[in-house]
Amino acid sequence: MDSVVQRVVQPVVQPVVALVDVVAVLGSFPALAGASLSVNRGEILLLRGPNGAGKTSLLRLCAGLLPVERGTATVLGCDLVADRTSVRNRVGLLGHSNGLYADLTVADNVRFWGATVGASQHEIDASLTRMGLANRLADVQVAKLSAGQRRRTALACLVARRAELWLLDEPHAGLDATGRDDLDVTLRSAAAAGATVIVASHELERAGALATRVVEVVGGQVRQVAE
Amino acid sequence: MNTWRIARLVAAKDLRVEWRSRVVLNQVLPFAALVMVMFAFALDNDTVLTRVAPGLVWLATMFSLLVIVQRAFAVETADGALDALQVAGVRLGGIFLGKAIALAAQLAVLELMLLAAAIVLYKTEVVADGIVLLVTTFVAATTGLAFVGTLYGGLAAGAKGRETLLPLLMLPVVAPVLIGATRATEAALGTENATPSDGWPWIGLLTLFAVVFGVGGTLAFGSLIDE
Repeated sequence: MDSVVQRVVQPVVQPVVALVDVVAVLGSFPALAGASLSVNRGEILLLRGPNGAGKTSLLRLCAGLLPVERGTATVLGCDLVADRTSVRNRVGLLGHSNGLYADLTVADNVRFWGATVGASQHEIDASLTRMGLANRLADVQVAKLSAGQRRRTALACLVARRAELWLLDEPHAGLDATGRDDLDVTLRSAAAAGATVIVASHELERAGALATRVVEVVGGQVRQVAE
Repeated sequence: MNTWRIARLVAAKDLRVEWRSRVVLNQVLPFAALVMVMFAFALDNDTVLTRVAPGLVWLATMFSLLVIVQRAFAVETADGALDALQVAGVRLGGIFLGKAIALAAQLAVLELMLLAAAIVLYKTEVVADGIVLLVTTFVAATTGLAFVGTLYGGLAAGAKGRETLLPLLMLPVVAPVLIGATRATEAALGTENATPSDGWPWIGLLTLFAVVFGVGGTLAFGSLIDE
């Protein structure tokens, strides 16, 4: 198994994510309206639901980007109500945008994001290999890549960051069949190594097969889905 | 990862972005040179040009600074990298310092070119007695401009209409640098019989400005760019 993924694990108090009646707003719009969710270490959780239901807001809240207005929220043992910044260096968020620098090469980007957590060159190389980028693509400027190749690069950056909690918003979008397989293998490896993965996706067949549990987000609330 | 390591990482990344894109080299430097030529056309009098050369150099620096700052934050917001930096949990004060260091390096190159343009186009003479004051002026003013540019660039980065908002916010704030740097440069160049001793009090103002915005920016940058 990939050493990059194996190094992810650090013991944390379970559950990894514990939200109780959480309310969060975007401007004046209630993005989450009493959401409750518990996710244990090693789970791969699929968030499904219609557009605007609150899936992305839920991921951003878990990443410490969206403030909690009401309720209690603990992620990786950090109380997000008291301090939502302390959890940030332990989670990896892949949102709709990739967070890449278009003028830099693929390797430059992965090296930069890996360096933010002190990743070694070996770990950077392993991340590139894991996402199928350790070939001629490594030295190509991101601006010259296809959408799918950019997504792969963003995922390689995420792997290099060795997150304990992976928060992925439509991670399969734009990936070809090989990229999707590489992603699924990477996420299963990460979960097996003790990381926790939360995926928001509309691709229910693909993401559903990957997930160990599925919940539905509707109107800013989380509903359990029968097995 | 401590603040200085993050600062070095971000500064190296920003300079690598410039090295690969050559935007400052191919676009901002020619723009600044063009401004100097247009000043020469508009004033069309050697005596007047020599008299006002220090002010024109710093005015051209301010205009170019706006372009460089816009560019520095456009690369962060184009694909959500600034968001990703926040999620990465890196010290936001380190991002501020790193971006300011890279900005200062680019400004230093620009100012050298502008000084050379003033010597060629406006027949400005650099006198030996004023070289220490001249170098000190450029270091102090560049540091202050880099800190203000980074602070206001970060503030405007997430705002609507940031292209027009940035000059409105920043130009009034950098007015003390324009005044102080112009007076000190006049003293260093001996414009209108000024002597280097006339310029040192202005160095005090420039240094105070740089310290205030350096410390304030390091402390405030995180909360300014946070949601």
